[in-house]
Amino acid sequence: MTKAKKILITGNEACGEGAVKAGCRFYAGYPITPQNELTAYMSRRMLEENGVFIQSESELAAVSMIFGASLAGARVMTTSSSPGISLKQEGISYLAGCQLPAVIVNIMRGGPGLGNIAPSQADYFQSTKGGGHGDYYMVVLAPHNAQEMFDFTYEAFDIADKYRNPVMILSDGALGQMMEPAFVDRKDKAKGRKQKNWILNGCKARKPRVIRSLYLKDGELEARNKDLQKKFDKMRKDEVKFERYKTNDAKLIMVAYGTSARIARSCCDELRKKGKAAGLFRPISLWPFPYKQLESLDKGKTKFLVIEMSAGQMVEDVNLAIQDRKRVYFHGRMGGGIPDEKDIINLANRILK
Amino acid sequence: MKEEILCAGYGGQGIMVMGRVLAYAAMNSGYHVTWMPSYGAEVRGGTAHSMVRVHSNSIASPAVRYPTSCIVMNKPSLLKFSKRVKSHGLLLIDSSKISDGEIKQAVVGLNNICVKKAPFTEIAMSLGEKKVANMVTVGAFNKVKKLFSIKELIKAVSFILRDKDELITINEKAILHGYNMEI
Repeated sequence: MTKAKKILITGNEACGEGAVKAGCRFYAGYPITPQNELTAYMSRRMLEENGVFIQSESELAAVSMIFGASLAGARVMTTSSSPGISLKQEGISYLAGCQLPAVIVNIMRGGPGLGNIAPSQADYFQSTKGGGHGDYYMVVLAPHNAQEMFDFTYEAFDIADKYRNPVMILSDGALGQMMEPAFVDRKDKAKGRKQKNWILNGCKARKPRVIRSLYLKDGELEARNKDLQKKFDKMRKDEVKFERYKTNDAKLIMVAYGTSARIARSCCDELRKKGKAAGLFRPISLWPFPYKQLESLDKGKTKFLVIEMSAGQMVEDVNLAIQDRKRVYFHGRMGGGIPDEKDIINLANRILK
Repeated sequence: MKEEILCAGYGGQGIMVMGRVLAYAAMNSGYHVTWMPSYGAEVRGGTAHSMVRVHSNSIASPAVRYPTSCIVMNKPSLLKFSKRVKSHGLLLIDSSKISDGEIKQAVVGLNNICVKKAPFTEIAMSLGEKKVANMVTVGAFNKVKKLFSIKELIKAVSFILRDKDELITINEKAILHGYNMEI
């Protein structure tokens, strides 16, 4: 049962409000379906909050603009959908290289290429394994409802500042466009926010600071990379998030995130009604992936069923966690297809036989 | 409660608002609810549809492919969605611009579904505003299905139109008219 004070809001708008409440006052973006409501929402809210909204001339321009504003100390965000996020990869690599905080939201749609405008999860590799060039990672959070679209975006700005690194919210067209009840009222972090101590804001009365990603001297770049890796190791230790649902006695554990996780959870309930011990493991941080937490659920005979709206991307991480690949199964839909509950339940029944 | 509603019609008939009124009433009645629009590529000149799920438990996919209740406001939507209504489901038709023969043809072979029709657009015109056909339909729909109290529906529409005061009265009137009509 839902409680009072919740409002009905699209995932896109909940994400935008999460950013506003986190103190984001600089947004640059370029329109693309299915995330247009988010850009439209920010155009209105930035005006109301005396922030900056820019509809840029291109995706590369948008990510470059938030790069500049982040240098100057603002809390910044850009959002797009799959083809647009591909165009932003150069900027994301530079943000990581220059150690600049930023929040990037991907409301995934069908690909490759221009694909279509239906929901998809086929950008998992791009988000968690690099995307841009060079040795970098970023925390990737995967919400599965409107409430988490708000909450995770709200938290993402703190994570970005903590590590001085970009953070990605990885969602999909269904979560972005659907409306659901959610609480979107939390403390506005813009109020009383302290100035960051590394920003470029004019060096009168202090030594100039330099922020760059170009290191040409012998050994300099490798040393820089070692520093970055220390940071990524700390994220691997401290930023793992996941949710378990009925996994304690489960003989079959589904592994899914985002929209697929909603469907998987419903399938678990249906299977339980028929006396089948099914559970769900939902990675929330896709990077760092909860390898150990998933592995700890493996009782030797446990079967794992990975469900994705892709040809099978996260399943590779599940295979790293569960060494016995014969017990890892996969069901996926591609190109905008949404997994069907009947198909999953049939497959689960076959696996459990 | 597990109601899967699909509202369909032309872009401009208020199909999205129709779904949102039902969704708000569902939320305020204490149910889990999702609302989702059809994707933009097909809106211009063609049919638009919105999908609402109202469940007692948490909702998996927000998409509705096979509705338990289907509301169609034009002929293309009738032809597209009538065959998808679930067994024991409801098909509610705005018959203003569709002949009885066409409706019969569209529902031929559909067993176990309840078909209801009324000229909602014509009724709205008689109320003085063609655009409130969607609200007349919502009222009539709730009369048939009895999902929510009429009070919650009225509350929902006045909330959605809170920035457009001048439209609230006529929309409330339309819902009440739909709710009280014979169908």
